Amino acid sequence: MGDEVLPKSRGMKPQQKRLLIEIAVVTAIALIVILFVPPMLVDLGQASRVNQLGRFLALAIVALGIDLIWGYTGLLSLGHGILFALGGYAIGMYLKLQIPPNASIQLPEFMSLYDVKELPGFWKPFYSFPFTLAAVVLLPTLLGGLLGYLVFRNRIKGVYFSILTQAATIVFFNFFNGQQGFFNGTNGLTDFKTINLGRWGTCIQSFYPSIKSWNINSWRLVVAPVCWISKEDINSEQTQFIFYTLTVLFLVAAYALCRWLTSGRFGRLLVAIRDDEPRVRFSGYNPTTFKVVVFAISAGLAGIAGALYTVQTGLISPKAMDIAFSIEMVIWVAVGGRASLSGAVLGAVLVNFAKSFLSEQFAATWLFFQGGLFLLVVLVLPDGLVGWLRSQPIQQIKTFIGIRPQVATYPRIEEDPEIQRERENLES
Amino acid sequence: MDNFEDTKPVATVSTIGEKIVETENLTVSFDGFKALNHLDFSMDVGELRVVIGPNGAGKTTFLDAITGKVQPTEGQVRFKGRNTKRLAEHQIARLGIGRKFQTPRVFLNLTPRENLELACNPKKNIVGTLFRRSNSSDRRRVISLLETVGLTAKADLPAALLSHGEKQRLEIGMLVAQSPDLLLVDEPVAGLTDEETQNVGDLLLALAESHSILVIEHDMEFVRQIARKVTVLHEGTVLCEGDFEEVQTDPRVIEVYLGKQEETEA
Amino acid sequence: MLEVLEVIFNGLSTGAVLLISSLGLAIVFGLMGVINLAHGELIMLGAYTTFLVQNVCKAFGSPWKESYIFFALILAFIVGAIAGLILERGVIRYLYGRPLETLLATWGVSLILQQFVRTVNWVLVIGIAIFCLLFFGGLWVLNRLPNFQQIRKWVITVMLPLSIGIAAVTGGFLSQTYKLAVTKPWFGAQGVAVTAPKWLFGGLNIGTLTLPYVRLFIIALTIACIIALYLFFQRTSWGLRIRAVTQNRSMSACLGIPTQKVDALTFALGSGLAGVAGVAISLLGSVAPNTGQNYIVNTFMVVVVGGVGKLVGSIVAALAIGTIDYIIASKALLPLVAASKPLTDLVEFFGSTDMAKVMVFALIIVFLQIKPGGLFPEKGRTVDA
Repeated sequence: MGDEVLPKSRGMKPQQKRLLIEIAVVTAIALIVILFVPPMLVDLGQASRVNQLGRFLALAIVALGIDLIWGYTGLLSLGHGILFALGGYAIGMYLKLQIPPNASIQLPEFMSLYDVKELPGFWKPFYSFPFTLAAVVLLPTLLGGLLGYLVFRNRIKGVYFSILTQAATIVFFNFFNGQQGFFNGTNGLTDFKTINLGRWGTCIQSFYPSIKSWNINSWRLVVAPVCWISKEDINSEQTQFIFYTLTVLFLVAAYALCRWLTSGRFGRLLVAIRDDEPRVRFSGYNPTTFKVVVFAISAGLAGIAGALYTVQTGLISPKAMDIAFSIEMVIWVAVGGRASLSGAVLGAVLVNFAKSFLSEQFAATWLFFQGGLFLLVVLVLPDGLVGWLRSQPIQQIKTFIGIRPQVATYPRIEEDPEIQRERENLES
Repeated sequence: MDNFEDTKPVATVSTIGEKIVETENLTVSFDGFKALNHLDFSMDVGELRVVIGPNGAGKTTFLDAITGKVQPTEGQVRFKGRNTKRLAEHQIARLGIGRKFQTPRVFLNLTPRENLELACNPKKNIVGTLFRRSNSSDRRRVISLLETVGLTAKADLPAALLSHGEKQRLEIGMLVAQSPDLLLVDEPVAGLTDEETQNVGDLLLALAESHSILVIEHDMEFVRQIARKVTVLHEGTVLCEGDFEEVQTDPRVIEVYLGKQEETEA
Repeated sequence: MLEVLEVIFNGLSTGAVLLISSLGLAIVFGLMGVINLAHGELIMLGAYTTFLVQNVCKAFGSPWKESYIFFALILAFIVGAIAGLILERGVIRYLYGRPLETLLATWGVSLILQQFVRTVNWVLVIGIAIFCLLFFGGLWVLNRLPNFQQIRKWVITVMLPLSIGIAAVTGGFLSQTYKLAVTKPWFGAQGVAVTAPKWLFGGLNIGTLTLPYVRLFIIALTIACIIALYLFFQRTSWGLRIRAVTQNRSMSACLGIPTQKVDALTFALGSGLAGVAGVAISLLGSVAPNTGQNYIVNTFMVVVVGGVGKLVGSIVAALAIGTIDYIIASKALLPLVAASKPLTDLVEFFGSTDMAKVMVFALIIVFLQIKPGGLFPEKGRTVDA
């Protein structure tokens, strides 16, 4: 009898094997998405879809963050748009400060419209690239942590938490909308020109001519990474491809992070918090810290996603803090499947492509589709696509048509291991 | 009040070390309704104590106050001589108080093994939970606990599939896994069959060898099985205290509690 | 003195709008723990109902033209209540106990309602009517068959595409034959304007201060709603049942209270109140499909600050938020802080409608640090341990 339990140590091996397989699969998919998908889309004459895919993969990073807090921990945030936009604004401010040294006004051009004479103090650090990178992650993380702390500390949870985050969205929307001199109001930060990395640029510039002579049709895109900085034009094909590659890499990293967080004891504790928070507390854990930490991590992911999305769209505006956008994020996860990381990524990409196709085809009625999607996912597919695939879809379709599965005995008895063991004992 | 706790001077510092938990003048009021009313209670280290009392006597509130779920309006709770005021539930739990709820509360989407692993994790902060790998002694402990509560065969099924009795046992297992000094057990045999009741009783008696246990119970047969010393709560204060027979014959107890029971039995 | 009165009046009137639009939400949330994100759209439906009633009454001439608002109130309540009833029976009742999913589902409904108002035309209405007639009528007829439960899934699989198909074909045919007459949207995406009846023009003059009659009307309407609700809850048997279910759902069910009916009724009541709020809001500005969105977050804040299950909480919260919001947005504190430069700057910085919301939210978060359960939290032992 003890033998049945002890193999835990032996059981590690299949677990490791599974991990290796997962790593292999993820790497393979990432490589395919980086190396083969863009040339393929270009050859199909769908070059604009590459950029779209890149943006949707950036959104998949937020979806991972949402899955972490909603799917696993049970906190429904309707305010991730803020954190996403903060990351976007951080990188946007950096890009807006890339002003050619010979320009007459050393200010982002919109400021002169609003009669701002001097660069506001909080813009200044964004001259520095390292600071910007840190801000992209840390600003949302800190804000998420602070908001989370203030809310969770008082044991505000469930719908209360959701509507507070939603209110926060409105508040930040108003703030960024209202501060025209600081953030260009409704129009947001756009019209990015160059990205300047100083010494690195000149260093790689020397390689550029030799690479340029390769000229192997669509594969040029693959080689492009090396020559991006020399071009320095943020909207060039090469730079955009760099961003695409970076997005995929960050998505893989985010996936790995979430995988690590959710697979071990920490992940089980998150599930425990979702299931029964008071019990967690009486077991000696402090759920508040765990929730704050996981919310902050999720916020950081949203910030990264926002930055990657912004450089690929060339625009960040308060629209990203729209209530609707934040709720949409949740629906990506819901469509893909809660508490499933691959589901979150899949959902984000699928829903967004569906959105772009449908809104191109039926601009007027897209909202009907979207509203219907919300209802459908909640009422019919509560576990999302991945959850549905896991639960034997063929069997379900069969039962729906009326073909009942053949069961030898009462199913619960069939599953009960104690009865199985008894049966084995009887037979032997 | 001839309750001897009343007359005990506050400053008997020498005895504090021997008390696992004591309350002093403990009052908890909700909007003026006093669920606990100047309650003085104490329990020795290693004791198995049963608290009984009619509905609304404040039994569950009493546990709430010890575990920090409600803050005392007045008075204090001392655990191992330490005032637990202003400590949060998880801090009190880490001091060494484990609590079992009336209805079994286990994490339904985790397996019994994972439930127990979470409970026996010695480092319950973020870093410990994230980075500390469970070593072989942890795993052996979980395995032996699974055996103790008789869930070895179902160790890797989601706990949601367990029966009521199995969940009760799993929760007691989780409690023990926390390795607390004091176990608070709220109506452990509610909804169990006679045989299961007997099992739980034996389990508690076995645990009492190494832990201090405070049990709240309604089932008088069960109380007779396990009780050494019984405290009767009534309207938020201690009505009387003593061994089972003493309590059973106390006229006031008969009036508020056992009396009614005898009537219904008759 | 007059300035103080002005602040009080304007705060009160902002608060009254808030209160009337959050009353329904508070009732529904208190009873069922359901946050209805489509609440704003129910308000919007009420506002559009007012617009329709106004136009119809205009056609009838003088006495009707001036009193349309009262018909609008009744009709808006009915429209809201019916929409709410459909929402509860069709969606929400499957989601009890899953509040977060309810949030998402009702958001979906709110999107659909917004788009519905934008695109609604005769084709759409006739199509929906045909679909309902065929599908639900068909089900109702087939329901009499003795073996209906066995073939139910089959029936639905066949009937659903069939009814949709017939409805779509009819719609297509209609729009082909009658063209613009039936395909023109009734309201369109642009806002429509409701003009208040003549007797609500102007205002009450107190010294130099003018209290607009429209605002006074809204305050009166809000008070009337509260009184009506109070009487309903305290004096009628259904009110008693609703209160009982709010307190203890399972016990009420054991005592034979039909909790499902109570849920449906409460939801309809709350939605009806949203419709009435729509009438009030239509008097304040033009009505657009996304009108509801502007009110929804504020009403949630009222519920959060007020606490669950007590009407008085919502009342106090709405008035407090309204007053504070007005004071900040109108920079009414400016004279008081004139002496100190940084404070003046602060007041100036937050002194706009948008920025006032920022400040109010910050204050709400601070407030929740002190009273996490709201002004009037549920008291006593909570059931969850």
